Amino acid sequence: MGKISEIREQVDVCVVGAGHAGCEAALSCARLGLDTVIFTVSVDSIALMPCNPNIGGSSKGHLVREIDALGGEMGKNIDRTFIQSKMLNVSKGPAVHSLRAQADKADYTREMRRVLEGQEHLTIKQAEVCRLLWKQQDRYKSVVGVMTFTGAVYECKAVILCTGTYLKARCLCGESITYTGPNGLQAATYLSDSLREMGIELRRFKTGTPARMDGRSIDYTKMEEQFGDERIVPFSFSTDPASIQKEQVSCWLTYTNEKTHEIIRDNLDRSPIYAGIIEGTGPRYCPSIEDKVVKFADKDRHQVFIEPEGLHTNEMYVGGMSSSLPEDVQLAMYRTVPGLENCRIVRNAYAIEYDCINAKQLYPTLEFKEVKGLFSGGQFNGSSGYEEAAAQGLIAGINAAMSILGREPLILDRSESYIGVLIDDLVTKDNREPYRMMTSRAEYRLLLRQDNADLRLRKKGYDVGLISQEDYDKLLVKEELIRGEIRRLKSHVVGAGQETQDFLRSHGSSSLKTGSTLAELICRPELDYEILAPMDQSRPSLPRDVVEQVEIEIKYEGYIQRQLKQVEQYKKMEKKKIPQDIDYDDVLSLRLEARQKLKEYRPLSLGQASRISGVSPADISVLMIYLERKSYSAGGK
Amino acid sequence: MKTDTIAAIATALSDAGIGIVRISGPEAISIADRIFCNSRGKKTLSLKASHTVSYGYIMDKGSILDEVMVVLLKAPHSYTTEDTVEINCHGGILLLQKVLQLVLCAGARLAEPGEFTRRAFLNGRIDLSQAEAVMDVIHSQSELALSASMNQLTGKLTSVIRDLREQILYEIAFIESALDDPEHISLDDYEKRLTEKCGLFMQRIDGLIASANDGKIISQGIKTVIVGRPNAGKSSLLNAIMGEERAIVTQVPGTTRDVLQESVSLDGILLHIVDTAGIRPTEDIVEQIGVDKAKEYAERADLILFVIDGSEPPDQREKEIISLIGQKPVIVIVNKADLTTIVSDEQIHSFFPDREDLKIARISASEGTGISQLKKLIQLLFFQGTVKEDSETVITNIRHTEALREARYSLSMVEQGLQKHMSEDFYSIDLMGAYVSLGHILGEEVGDDLVQEIFSKFCMGK
Repeated sequence: MGKISEIREQVDVCVVGAGHAGCEAALSCARLGLDTVIFTVSVDSIALMPCNPNIGGSSKGHLVREIDALGGEMGKNIDRTFIQSKMLNVSKGPAVHSLRAQADKADYTREMRRVLEGQEHLTIKQAEVCRLLWKQQDRYKSVVGVMTFTGAVYECKAVILCTGTYLKARCLCGESITYTGPNGLQAATYLSDSLREMGIELRRFKTGTPARMDGRSIDYTKMEEQFGDERIVPFSFSTDPASIQKEQVSCWLTYTNEKTHEIIRDNLDRSPIYAGIIEGTGPRYCPSIEDKVVKFADKDRHQVFIEPEGLHTNEMYVGGMSSSLPEDVQLAMYRTVPGLENCRIVRNAYAIEYDCINAKQLYPTLEFKEVKGLFSGGQFNGSSGYEEAAAQGLIAGINAAMSILGREPLILDRSESYIGVLIDDLVTKDNREPYRMMTSRAEYRLLLRQDNADLRLRKKGYDVGLISQEDYDKLLVKEELIRGEIRRLKSHVVGAGQETQDFLRSHGSSSLKTGSTLAELICRPELDYEILAPMDQSRPSLPRDVVEQVEIEIKYEGYIQRQLKQVEQYKKMEKKKIPQDIDYDDVLSLRLEARQKLKEYRPLSLGQASRISGVSPADISVLMIYLERKSYSAGGK
Repeated sequence: MKTDTIAAIATALSDAGIGIVRISGPEAISIADRIFCNSRGKKTLSLKASHTVSYGYIMDKGSILDEVMVVLLKAPHSYTTEDTVEINCHGGILLLQKVLQLVLCAGARLAEPGEFTRRAFLNGRIDLSQAEAVMDVIHSQSELALSASMNQLTGKLTSVIRDLREQILYEIAFIESALDDPEHISLDDYEKRLTEKCGLFMQRIDGLIASANDGKIISQGIKTVIVGRPNAGKSSLLNAIMGEERAIVTQVPGTTRDVLQESVSLDGILLHIVDTAGIRPTEDIVEQIGVDKAKEYAERADLILFVIDGSEPPDQREKEIISLIGQKPVIVIVNKADLTTIVSDEQIHSFFPDREDLKIARISASEGTGISQLKKLIQLLFFQGTVKEDSETVITNIRHTEALREARYSLSMVEQGLQKHMSEDFYSIDLMGAYVSLGHILGEEVGDDLVQEIFSKFCMGK
């Protein structure tokens, strides 16, 4: 390490890393009035998007909405910097509609940096954090500061680790290996050892990214053009939709073919993964093209999306073809794809390996169980994706602040948010690969829609202190409008007169025998709120988002009610808290495996305990009776 | 933990004169009212005071199923401290099961092992020392239930359920991967495919429910055949069983000189036992008839009791009997335990290499020892050992039927969704419901099955 610096500063919070997690963590702490320093190895790489040039997508779009509802920055930042926007799955039910926007990567970075720089109580510092400073207090350790490469010390009350893919990172492109972070940036080589010294267990994950092409070398006439939506929906509930309607750029779709696959198969021995050089575990949902060809050998082609990296560059991202094959194989392989015959690669595809943790070492607050004041978020916790990172960064930031301010932590559960599902899965399940959000992971997804994230979470954001009074008041008005309109539609009866019957027939709907409420008519598959306008003279003029909620609530009421019932059952178990001083050896009749797992995970509630693999329903019964007995003898009940 | 309404048969499953079906929970009284009529044909339980007994009938689709006395205990003055109804029916396993089925159809959920007691404890009704005991009960029972269901579900049923589950999971994974990655995986024309599949799933479940429902074994008894080489001790085994049980039901005349049939009630389980002639290759025409008959009986049997002479090494004759048994449920009985036994369990297992859970009983038919162990094995084989005194559990058959019904209901919701042209993300939730319910039969939790399936079967984007 370098010369010992004389600098010694005192702050409230140190955030290590300025990626998507770090930015949200730092902003939330600073916005709650805490003196915060955010460290990055390169100030020019704040909120960098080193892989795909988009934000959102299936279930990730939900996360962005939730981040926004709680007072995070990601939604606002992409609204300012997108160059194409699309709502996915619109032909499906409202629960799986998902917003995705192509970002201008450079703009995204620049805008986020501007926000950070303008934030009161927040300091940006370009430095590599090499060591955590901590002290032992009884059984627990507490973090008391960080030290940078130059020896400068920042004493603080909380540290939030958002180191992404930088810890002991190495990038692989065939036989050539560089010890750098993503995009050739400096890796963080020292912090891992300091963490190990503190007793934190690290492991190694890998991920990868495809090549970027010179746009001039691509023949788009051989590809299908992919347009953005005509009516653009913003991510942020605070963004006025009218303010973001603009010209959009296109993406392009092409396919691999048998020739591509042949080249890959012939050169598999030169892939670091197949040659056994990579030890890290990679994600199955984001497979390299090598993986796709090997695992799905029966598919004769795979989709390739060509997406712009920004408005001020001609670099194009080749989605669907991430790879760690050597440069020459990459070029040959890309050139078999229609439209890429003469392509020139600007940046090679590569795989990256990095240190991260198994998040079972964390509480759902994202604080380490064994180290007070130490929080972490993002890829360091074993997740993948910008949105997953930002969501954790926000929660880690909020909870670091809550703990310093002596307030209640914010723990979202599985029934109220995707963020809750994400964090619960991370800290409760044994994840063996980088974790990506998926709608199928959310049991109560009919309730957790992207369209109602504000109704679900804004109040929590307001209570925490990240949502302004003005925004909160808007929410209250919206809620009242929704309630009022549903009430009106459920009580407004349409008679079975000739005019009505004619109207219904003209829309292919069966005639009425007696009068019917407007709500009942909306429930018919062939009708909706819009269609019924002529039948509904007394209809008030309402904002689009209010109508959307009213329609969903009425049309899918049966399903929604059923999910609400399931949630009721689920909540009962979540409410049964397990005291953290519980001695599992004192709980008779627990099976050995369950006892070990419970000691290891230290769940906060019976609900969380029941989701740990290796803990059976019988163990939960045993535990429940033990806890009830304890509270009886303590006179608790 | 839960505040729904549960029900179970509260008395032991036997041929006792009276049996009780107990219902507990907030809906207990209204559920009972749905199936109960007093002698004037009125439904009145909800109007009665606590701690009263009402006389009337249990009605099944408009006709009288049984004449009963119903005890009403209102909260908090009952064992569980919840509203509780106890239906005192006439005894008999089949009847009690039918009443329980009606109660479940009327809206109650089948109680889990130990659940009445657990509620009693959680509601503060029983004390700490009792609670300790309950923990052990819950444990032993759920583990027993699990292993029992695995034992019983050997062979066909397991594979049918597994197969069904796999198919359902595949469909869910397909839908989910398309929702997660709409640009790579398309759901066009999927509605039609799933409608067909869903129909097939329901057909198969209906078939299973029907077979589970016929209660054949309980109502008609278990056709049991005793086989073994001559002098292995078949007849003395029969005598020992008959001697132990005084309740001889019939003595069927007219059997051939080689095949003798007796019926006996064994703790409420009806056995029809046939003692066959010794099986060996023979030139003797008269004896040949007996042997053929034995083979014929063995083929039709629900249970084979294979008697081996424990004091003599097995030979060709045993091999022939083993081939005759095939895949039938069998209990191997090593007789003459009073003499020096030279036949080991390992040796017997080697005769049946594909049966891991082979049941072996060592008895002395002449001394009458080991008979109670044999009876336990028979119970275990057919009722998973859950026919117990003082237990709220009932035979797991009903548990399975209940799980099948839940799966069936979920699939009917899928069908409804399809008819209404709901989007895939709605009915995939009900598909998952069916998958979970079927998992209860195998004692399997869901865990990360779906995510695994998605990644292994479908190529996801990026």
